[in-house]
Amino acid sequence: MEPAINSYPDESFEDYSVSGDQVVTYKKAGERRLFTNPDIDEMREYFREHKSRRMTNKVTTVQEAVSRLIADGDYLAVGGFSTTRKPISVLHEIMRQKKRNLGYSGHTTTHDLQLLIAGKCINRCDAAYVVTLEARGFSLIMRKAFESGEVEVTEWTNGTLAWRFKAAAMGISFVPTRSLLGTDTLKYSAAVEMPCPFTGKKFAALPALFPDVGIIHVHRCDIYGNCQIDGLTMFDYDIARAAKKLIITTEEIIPNEEIRRRPHLTVIPYYYVDAVIEVPMGAYPTNMPYLYFSDEDYFAELIAAEKDEKAFKEHLDKYVYNVDNHWSFLQASGGLQRLSALRARETHRYEKGGY
Amino acid sequence: MTAYSKIELLICQVARLLEDGCTLAVGTGMPCAAAMLAQKTVAPNLILFFEAGGIGPILTEMPITVGNSRTFFKGISASSLAEVMETSQRGLLDYALLGGAQIDMYGNLNTTFIGDDHDRPNVRLPGSGGGNDLASTCWRFIIIMRHQKRRFREKMDFLTSPGYLTGKGAREKIGLPPGGGPYKVVTNLAVLGFDEETKRMQVETIHPGVTKEEIIAETGFELLWSPQITESTPPTEEELHILRTEVDPNRYLLDRDFS
Repeated sequence: MEPAINSYPDESFEDYSVSGDQVVTYKKAGERRLFTNPDIDEMREYFREHKSRRMTNKVTTVQEAVSRLIADGDYLAVGGFSTTRKPISVLHEIMRQKKRNLGYSGHTTTHDLQLLIAGKCINRCDAAYVVTLEARGFSLIMRKAFESGEVEVTEWTNGTLAWRFKAAAMGISFVPTRSLLGTDTLKYSAAVEMPCPFTGKKFAALPALFPDVGIIHVHRCDIYGNCQIDGLTMFDYDIARAAKKLIITTEEIIPNEEIRRRPHLTVIPYYYVDAVIEVPMGAYPTNMPYLYFSDEDYFAELIAAEKDEKAFKEHLDKYVYNVDNHWSFLQASGGLQRLSALRARETHRYEKGGY
Repeated sequence: MTAYSKIELLICQVARLLEDGCTLAVGTGMPCAAAMLAQKTVAPNLILFFEAGGIGPILTEMPITVGNSRTFFKGISASSLAEVMETSQRGLLDYALLGGAQIDMYGNLNTTFIGDDHDRPNVRLPGSGGGNDLASTCWRFIIIMRHQKRRFREKMDFLTSPGYLTGKGAREKIGLPPGGGPYKVVTNLAVLGFDEETKRMQVETIHPGVTKEEIIAETGFELLWSPQITESTPPTEEELHILRTEVDPNRYLLDRDFS
């Protein structure tokens, strides 16, 4: 029997397409500066030119990666969330290399932005959540930077920054959302109001965010940069795809065979990655899910030190400027014994551990 | 009857508002304590969403950050921020618990700055975080606030997250989904709701020992008063026991002064 090409009666279809000469108007709602270019064709050219589709060994050092891939004035998007899975080794190196006038995506950024502001590296920020270390309290140095005008601010929300990365990752220049509407957050953003061409309903159009550099700490990857992340992916799936340059630090480097054995675990494939550095305990003093917990004593010491200029300078010298790399930082922080205690505090290892 | 503190009373009021079998976005601190208490009393099947992607964790202790290991411990999913916010935008997030530095009579919230100049604020606050996203698209949000005149404002310094904006119908007119908005405001003095006709804040229950005058004195705008004002029901022995021995045994929260 011949299968019917269209087995449904015509009347079961409704036509939802745009009808007539609907006028679509765009209203500039956000008055603040857009720090990054949302043009997708420039990005397509950039990606074609600079992202090698060849699987090559990308293993290097933190020092070399920061020196080669981060330029003064670049806009950074850092992976993880607040004090979880932050690429601390790279942030310290940015401070030591005295990178200047960097832009920053402020999707719940706490200790990471605190470091870069202390290093005088930042001059502009897309702010969704800034200036505190969450329940641990305000960071005085971050507040000062935001209250003095030292950092230029455009307001966003965690959701809208996530979707700006997502638009970029999709390869489109904007994405509509229902967040922001009716608020001062919208007015102090760089979003635009627009009606949906199909339903006429109003949305805030968010410009795609292509950071110059993405920096993400992962649980494991191979030498080519095929990455696995255990636990929350936060913003990182999209940051990896949106970033012009991508630096990966990893707890461990594993054989490519391991990646190929369980390909469903690959969150970031190699062709987005520009540098791979093996940095065990690389998120310390932040939490690395399943491996080690955040060092709350370190954060308490840091917040206390911020209250006194001299104490804060000493803190930075001890932990950042007078150490060469993450190994020396870990030594300065109490070495193996300290790290072992944090492994015992990790929630997923010991049910009653952690905070 | 066991003596209780203001903060214990407040956490119990919030917990009792939560429904079993619902989804709830929470942060750290009091919202988290209220959610944990609800799970152990009125809402054992309440599914918690932490904004960084932790969904349905079994909380044995309160997390100190909304993105750490605790937020997805024994959870049903370790996802992403986009997943949580898109679940809200899609209409599957029933409740969110939010706070703020300032609030107005329509339940709009300021968490961005105090002062009169955005670029030179007297005090820079964290900003929206996920607050604006959740206030825009979850079905109902509950606000936990310290009841003080400098916080309950006729005019806020900045409108970070939308309550009812300028009154009935304003959310829908501006493009926000119909049917959403603030549900209750729970403070150290009272539980407040929103008048159906005007969407203005109205007092519903007054905490034991608190006077009407006290509430008026600590509110910077004209409040409406529900025709059936009652006294807030104090914490039960069971609620206090759970709060003190299971929710916050280390008293990170319970020792805070919230009067």
